[in-house]
Amino acid sequence: MTSEPIALSRKDFVTDQEVRWCPGCGDYSILAQTQKLMPELGIPREKIVFISGIGCNSRLPYYMNTYGFHSIHGRAPAIATGLKASRPDLQVWVITGDGDGLSIGGNHMLHIIRRNVDVVIVLFNNRIYGLTKGQYSPTSEQGKVTKSSPLGTIDYPVSPIMFALGAGATFVARSLDIDTHHLVATLERAAQHKGTSFVEVFQNCNVFNDGAFMEFADKAVRPDRTVILEDGKPLVFGKERDKGVKLNGTRPEVVDLGNGVSEADLLVHNEKLAEPTTAFILAQMEHPEFPVPLGVMRAIERPTYDVLMEQQIQDAIAGRGEGDVEALFSEGDTWTVE
Amino acid sequence: MANRENGNVEELDRVTIRFAGDSGDGMQLAGLQFTNTSAVFGNDVSTLPDFPAEIRAPAGSLPGVSSFQVSFSSYDIYTPGDRPDVLIAMNPAALKTNLPDLPKGGTLIVNSDEFSEANLKKATYETNPLTDGGLAGYRVIEVQISTMNERALRDSGLSVQQIDRCKNFFALGIMFWLYERPLEPTLRWIDDKFSKNPVVAKANATTLKAGYNFGDTAELFPVHYRVPRAHLSPGRYRNITGNEATAIGFVTASKLAGLPLFYGSYPITPASDILQELSRLKHHGVKTFQAEDEIAAVGAAIGASFGGSLALTGTSGPGLALKSEAIGLAVMVELPLVIANIQRSGPSTGMPTKTEQADLLQVMFGRSGESPVAVVAPATPGECFYMAIEAFRIALRHMLPVVFLSDGYLGSGSEPWRIPSLADLPRIEVQFATDPKTFQPYARDEQTLARPWAVPGTPDLEHRIGGLEKSDITGNVSYDAANHEKMVHYRAEKVARIARDIPHLEVIGDDEGELLVLSWGSTYGAVITAVQRARAAGKSVSMAHLRYLNPFPENLGDVLSRYKKVLIPELNLGQLAMLIRARYLVDAISYNRITGRPFHVAEIEEKINELVRQKVGVG
Repeated sequence: MTSEPIALSRKDFVTDQEVRWCPGCGDYSILAQTQKLMPELGIPREKIVFISGIGCNSRLPYYMNTYGFHSIHGRAPAIATGLKASRPDLQVWVITGDGDGLSIGGNHMLHIIRRNVDVVIVLFNNRIYGLTKGQYSPTSEQGKVTKSSPLGTIDYPVSPIMFALGAGATFVARSLDIDTHHLVATLERAAQHKGTSFVEVFQNCNVFNDGAFMEFADKAVRPDRTVILEDGKPLVFGKERDKGVKLNGTRPEVVDLGNGVSEADLLVHNEKLAEPTTAFILAQMEHPEFPVPLGVMRAIERPTYDVLMEQQIQDAIAGRGEGDVEALFSEGDTWTVE
Repeated sequence: MANRENGNVEELDRVTIRFAGDSGDGMQLAGLQFTNTSAVFGNDVSTLPDFPAEIRAPAGSLPGVSSFQVSFSSYDIYTPGDRPDVLIAMNPAALKTNLPDLPKGGTLIVNSDEFSEANLKKATYETNPLTDGGLAGYRVIEVQISTMNERALRDSGLSVQQIDRCKNFFALGIMFWLYERPLEPTLRWIDDKFSKNPVVAKANATTLKAGYNFGDTAELFPVHYRVPRAHLSPGRYRNITGNEATAIGFVTASKLAGLPLFYGSYPITPASDILQELSRLKHHGVKTFQAEDEIAAVGAAIGASFGGSLALTGTSGPGLALKSEAIGLAVMVELPLVIANIQRSGPSTGMPTKTEQADLLQVMFGRSGESPVAVVAPATPGECFYMAIEAFRIALRHMLPVVFLSDGYLGSGSEPWRIPSLADLPRIEVQFATDPKTFQPYARDEQTLARPWAVPGTPDLEHRIGGLEKSDITGNVSYDAANHEKMVHYRAEKVARIARDIPHLEVIGDDEGELLVLSWGSTYGAVITAVQRARAAGKSVSMAHLRYLNPFPENLGDVLSRYKKVLIPELNLGQLAMLIRARYLVDAISYNRITGRPFHVAEIEEKINELVRQKVGVG
């Protein structure tokens, strides 16, 4: 991306602003991994922009020593689209949450994804409204008791991954705030993808929704209750690597390996499938019936919005010549008054 | 072509005609062709298209009527005329809805073929007005337009339906004959428009000529009329609508500033023309983004502004309401942004194709907190070009959002426009911050209080902006009480200081006197015509027209103080009047109409006469 080698370190991406998330918040880990990733990308600092909406997550740009824009609730994808479309040379990140990205900003999320604007979207999913102090979110599980649902929610939750796939996302992944290695690797894949990269990060809100993901994310049970997706490899999981997922028609099934069942019987992950069918099947695997899939669910190539927009302009100039405003003034019939 | 020797020719200095028919009858097209031809011929012209919001209301029904009024003259005119001299009614519904505007003695040309029982019923006529004496007092000329068009095109190779669709050109041909207009501009237009369909092109040309020849040979018209050329200032001209002038103005601003234009918009009547016009100008480096909604449209424009583009969004009233939070963000982050609001009748969906000036207070105050923006308003279709450039000049120099406040009447109305030379237009200076040693995101220019514009990609100027209150100088988030008050004052003062940078308000008429008529926006034409007539009648009336609504020109208070009375005519319930009364403690008199149509000159004239009864004494 640049001709000169850049020797930046994580510290170069840290600002002088005091980080103001609650102690123990999962956001710290996502910030740290993002800062750690930046020098690895080989992109000059001034070419990177972080854009956020509103919510605890959306403070992240203040802590990234890049260009940043903390905008208004739900609108970061719109602002990012305008920036990337007008400045394809920049690397643009959108930082959002379950409320910001899928409730108030759901429409913009749909459209930035379907247009395949070349940005990285990191959606912090904590299944709660944290900044407004504990109301249910569009990803809260049905029946959840919160400050605004004392008798439990009656809303059915939206799946961020299914939403992104439904919108035609070219890159969809999921990671976990406390799995720092997996998180940084996933963000790196997202950053390298050309097109909209959608990353859902399960993020613990230790104040208003503590332990929301612990039933499968806790280190002790994680190997048995999650499955790490790797392109070209079968879906094997378990502390002893003794379990797998196979497909029975379009239904996934958990099987024990051995006793006549081998890895050859399992579903082999292929993130490059043109049809999103298998990715949808993975997206529907939820705890406790299934191991929760983590990793890249889909990564396909398709021309990006910003490139297509620039191409139309270049084609128009090639076809009609560079625009001459005086010719534009004089379009149609003209006459002269002496 | 015409045998002029046999016809009597009467010379007129101004004529107003109205084409009225079903939405499917091509009345807008006929009106535009008549307008362009008259303009090319050398008349001054002014137009008022009027059409339903429904794409195709049921054929022949009252809501389906579409009309186009054009006034053309041998002297400078400012309005499309209060009432037509000639009404062309293509069916009973068009007659029913438009006849009330035709003064007694006016000429009525009707397509008598369409006055069938069924069509009369659709227009809610119980008896046929052509035969029941209901048209007494008008000069009625019945023409079998459908039949004659059909005869002219019988061998054209077109279907019966296709042939019927050509009849607007037959009617246009009659009008061209009646007013001695050349056919060539329309024939050229037909050739160009239907170049891929020569059969249709030939049919339209044939029936246009047939209509013309019918006028020439029929004895229905004892005279035809001549409206000589107007004495416009020397130069090369074209006819232009307000929305065309607006789009071209924004592209020109992009050239003058040396920045690429980015237009984020969501289709909305009557602003969609601007999106369509700009989207075909990609070879000018224009990027148009048809957003998913009004909020995304302005959001993307703000993103483009952050990136250093010339950022524009456009809409009409309901869309502006949706954009208001994002405009507040632009106020807070102090980025240059132009918001074009082509007003229409409200509230809510209102009457999308009808005009109004009722968004003034919305653009002034329709945001949370103390959130001032600059507001400019063009007075005529051609002036939209200059005010579009002016909006960007202010936005870039002062680093803030500017609203360009036009309306449906200006947007779709047209007038002759003297083609400018790019070299005569002043360049727009743009300075990006580049120096890390001196850069502070919220440091301010001493003159304008503008903050620096540091765009991503500039090394060592990495900084963060956002909607949270900013600390003076550093731009860091701040909840400090004294800082907030300071920043609120800065943002207000920034807008106020634009007044140093805009022209003083000019008075048309006398420096002092009985009455000042103060207007803004598209009412200019009706107001100046009424004031000129009152002055010609010896009344002490002057006029001033505001093109800058926030801030006001510095001398406005002084101007207001020199007249005994101030009259403010507006197409709303008194919004400018409210601002003027609050700011200057002047007991301004409001004159308000809110019908979805522009003012009639006579209405304003009558109000002036009511306020200034006596003539100025001679002596």
